[in-house]
Amino acid sequence: MNGSQSAAGKRRRVGVLGLQGDFQEHLEVLREIDVEPVDVRRPEHLEGVDALIIPGGESTTISKLSDLYGLTEPIRERARHGMPLWGTCAGAIFLATRVPGRPQTILSLMDMTVERNAFGRQVDSFEADLKVPKLGPAPFHAVFIRAPKITEVGKGVNVLSRLDDGTIVAAQQGTLLATSFHPELTPDRRFHRYLVDLIDRS
Amino acid sequence: MAETGTWTLKSGLAQMLKGGVIMDVVTAEHAKIAEEAGACAVMALERVPADIRAAGGVARMSDPEKILEIMSAVTIPVMAKCRIGHFVEAQVLESLGVDYIDESEVLTPADKQYHVEKHPFRVPFVCGARDLGEALRRIHEGAAMIRSKGEAGTGDIAEAVTHLRAITSAIRELGKLDAHALRSKADEYRVPLQLVKDVAEKQKLPVALFCAGGIATPADAALTMQLGAEGNFVGSGIFKSENPDKVARAIVQATTHFTDAKLIAEVSRGLGMPMRGIALEAIPERERLAVRGW
Repeated sequence: MNGSQSAAGKRRRVGVLGLQGDFQEHLEVLREIDVEPVDVRRPEHLEGVDALIIPGGESTTISKLSDLYGLTEPIRERARHGMPLWGTCAGAIFLATRVPGRPQTILSLMDMTVERNAFGRQVDSFEADLKVPKLGPAPFHAVFIRAPKITEVGKGVNVLSRLDDGTIVAAQQGTLLATSFHPELTPDRRFHRYLVDLIDRS
Repeated sequence: MAETGTWTLKSGLAQMLKGGVIMDVVTAEHAKIAEEAGACAVMALERVPADIRAAGGVARMSDPEKILEIMSAVTIPVMAKCRIGHFVEAQVLESLGVDYIDESEVLTPADKQYHVEKHPFRVPFVCGARDLGEALRRIHEGAAMIRSKGEAGTGDIAEAVTHLRAITSAIRELGKLDAHALRSKADEYRVPLQLVKDVAEKQKLPVALFCAGGIATPADAALTMQLGAEGNFVGSGIFKSENPDKVARAIVQATTHFTDAKLIAEVSRGLGMPMRGIALEAIPERERLAVRGW
């Protein structure tokens, strides 16, 4: 079956939260894998969207704007009712239930602790090849930019990938997905396809 | 094996800043106000451009003490400026751990001939440009982000508009040229043909394009976005206004929702006096900052 279409043959619509960050890159990838991209800036843009991506950017900025435009609550509701949701980098911080140094978490949906800027400043940003068994045997080349670390996950959370030192960098809880890196910046489309596949299972 | 300081990492951080506002700050307190207002990064300075302009004399890299104070106050990325061509100031800023270096015409140029050779650095650079040729020369030297120059410290948006239009219209023009004409353009711009070809084909710069120099109101911020900027640098416009906190929030919102006139109207209400500003025509040619760099 073509992954971008549902059993009924309807073209998938995947939203990208377009408040700040590299949402344009995600939208382009979606177009490339034949999914209809939706730039989500207002609560009404969520209607008819099958899944949502929270892009990389500044988590503080995105969360403030998301609250201001009344997007946080509708996103949480949709995700609770099974809409697949994927956070990349800043987006992973969005999903977490625990963020050290930040008393108020944002969506509080994924049972994990995410530490911001945990690898250091920009000069410590790095690229590395990851093993992601769920995506097949080929390594996934990952780009970490001022990236967060997933330092702890709860029982219901599956670890999808770790760095060689054991640091968790990708995790899944049901239809929720978090990566501390940016698959939208490299040509490998497997993570985006993985999200689309979650729509069928939701 | 992990790699650091790659082109993807350097240009990638600028991609993460897109749709956002980078604010000039001179104290830790300003930095916190900026972060709270939704800035996606701050530029750590001793003085904002309007004060640099007023003070005259030689403007240099800020005191590292000041930069470190600002770095410890916020968790968003912190940028700092070095003089054009002053690669040692750049080395110092890199050693401090700043997230981005702005090789800036707002400071007094240190080299009349060369800009900093930016590729060897692990830290990314942003540079100013008035036209496409200047932007591509900076990218060829290793700039991982471009900002149109405008005229800093004036609160006059006219130059920013001129420079932004010059860049975007030249990109469109490139798209109409044949192989022969593209080669002539590459010669004219003094950059490799491949770089010119890529821009012609993709119809955009290979790095993020922000706007700087003269943004003072939410409407200014939305104007530059509608003209093709991917984000804004706001210097004196915020902390030289009557209500920095409100102006900062309003400019962030106008940058996000740059086509939503109702929202821009809403956030523009009751902002108080913007920075007083100084019209470009009132500045003698030799005191203009944008002409620095080439």
